[in-house]
Amino acid sequence: MKRLVLVIALVALLPGAMMYAQQPPPTMQEDFVPVSALPQAEQLPAAPLLIAAYAFVWVALMVYVWSLWRRMARLERDLADLQRRVPKP
Amino acid sequence: MTQFLRVAWVVMRKDLTIEMRSREIVYTTVFFAASCVLVFAFALVREGRPLEDAAAGILWISIAFAGTLGLGRTFERERHTETLRALMLAPSDRPAIYVGKLLGMLVLLAIVEAVLVPMVGLLFHAPVFARPLWLGALLAAGTLGFASVGTLFAAMLVRARSRDVLLPVLLYPITIPVIIAGVRGTAALFQATPDEPMARFWAALLVFFDVVFVTLSLWTFEPLMTE
Amino acid sequence: MSRLFVPLLLLATALFAAAPFVVANAPFEETMGLVQKIFYYHVPSAMMMFLSAFVCGIASAIFLFRRSAAADRVAQAAGELVVLFGLIVLVTGPLWARKAWGVWWEWDARLTSSLLLWMIFLAYLLVRRFGGPGSEKLAGAMALFGMANVPFVYVSVNYWRTLHPKTSVVMTLAPGMRAAFWFSVAAFVILYVLLLTLRKRLEDRQAAVEQLYLAFEE
Repeated sequence: MKRLVLVIALVALLPGAMMYAQQPPPTMQEDFVPVSALPQAEQLPAAPLLIAAYAFVWVALMVYVWSLWRRMARLERDLADLQRRVPKP
Repeated sequence: MTQFLRVAWVVMRKDLTIEMRSREIVYTTVFFAASCVLVFAFALVREGRPLEDAAAGILWISIAFAGTLGLGRTFERERHTETLRALMLAPSDRPAIYVGKLLGMLVLLAIVEAVLVPMVGLLFHAPVFARPLWLGALLAAGTLGFASVGTLFAAMLVRARSRDVLLPVLLYPITIPVIIAGVRGTAALFQATPDEPMARFWAALLVFFDVVFVTLSLWTFEPLMTE
Repeated sequence: MSRLFVPLLLLATALFAAAPFVVANAPFEETMGLVQKIFYYHVPSAMMMFLSAFVCGIASAIFLFRRSAAADRVAQAAGELVVLFGLIVLVTGPLWARKAWGVWWEWDARLTSSLLLWMIFLAYLLVRRFGGPGSEKLAGAMALFGMANVPFVYVSVNYWRTLHPKTSVVMTLAPGMRAAFWFSVAAFVILYVLLLTLRKRLEDRQAAVEQLYLAFEE
């Protein structure tokens, strides 16, 4: 349950932070426009987006592997515990 | 084959007979669908008047909501009297039972739509009688797609926990493509000059969905209902 | 499988450690510049999401029709991975789109269908968790229907007007990019196999514990 809350909080925070940091989105463009042809004001720095994307991928994978690790540890404990008790008739 | 159809027919007649006695589900579902339309009409306004372009969307959303409600109620009744288990014990083709229940649901939804379509036409000035056959085809194909998946899931959920909230959770993502196709096709028909080729495309897509979903449902009904 | 595990793990680590350098060395894309580099993580993740959806669907079908408990455990593992990789796709996509298209999201066919697929498998996990007894079969049906949705995603790009690059873009990549791309794909495939194995092993342990509990109670 705690894990679920943690994951949801993580997911909710990231786009929230990005939204807060950026200006409101401009009107949607219909066709593909090369970056150099856009007016100066609309040229976003790409680096923060790129870093955020990569960081998210790593964080998501790490969180998942960590949660697997924890669940596995708990199960191994339960298994060892039970195996100790079962031989007793 | 005839045995299959006979069983389906008997199951459907059973459902409709029981329903005709109290007419509880029909009345409440139709009223619920009408309330949905009203709520949307008041919620989606521009300059104090309902949005006319929203007619197609509102129609299909109301059908989807009413369908979910009807499915839940119908199978709740089954659960209450344990008739589903009795049906499963009967020495008949399991998929036939599924088809019978599906036909019952289709009748219920047809009644709901018969009320909703004129209502939407009235409230949103939508030309519902401009191309009645195409509209009927879209509604039939879409309703079949929605009801086929819905009947399967509702039957499976009869014994599950949290079944009331799980039905929409399972049903809506799977049937959103049906809703999209239905809304876009209906919207094409509600335009000033109805766009028939567009409606035909979406109707064809809906038929494709129906074939896929009904086949999948028939195929998985038996393994899903057996313990 | 367990003998291959450690070598694969080392290989995956090596690939992911090398990835930033490989990606940085790939040529810049003409029109999108730096932000296009998200592509090297976004597309392989999308491929893994769809692969996992298929794995889950097929495993669910085997579970439903052959009553194989092992298949059910594979399905559970694959279902979780669909949600994981789908989350990566749905976050890196808008981050890329904000720069490339000017908006965070657009309701075109492929984005919508990908979101739908993700939600279907999220519902899959919800049902398994909160459906009570017998929910594995329910979830299995859900996965089957979800898998049937996947070809629809692929075909939809070719039939509807969309801003998303058409599926054929991969074959027309510049040579420098092609190497980096397939490198990323290889890394993700190995990662996927590792995660699936780990998760399935977790399920196996879970099943063993439950069996022992039952034996204990008798």
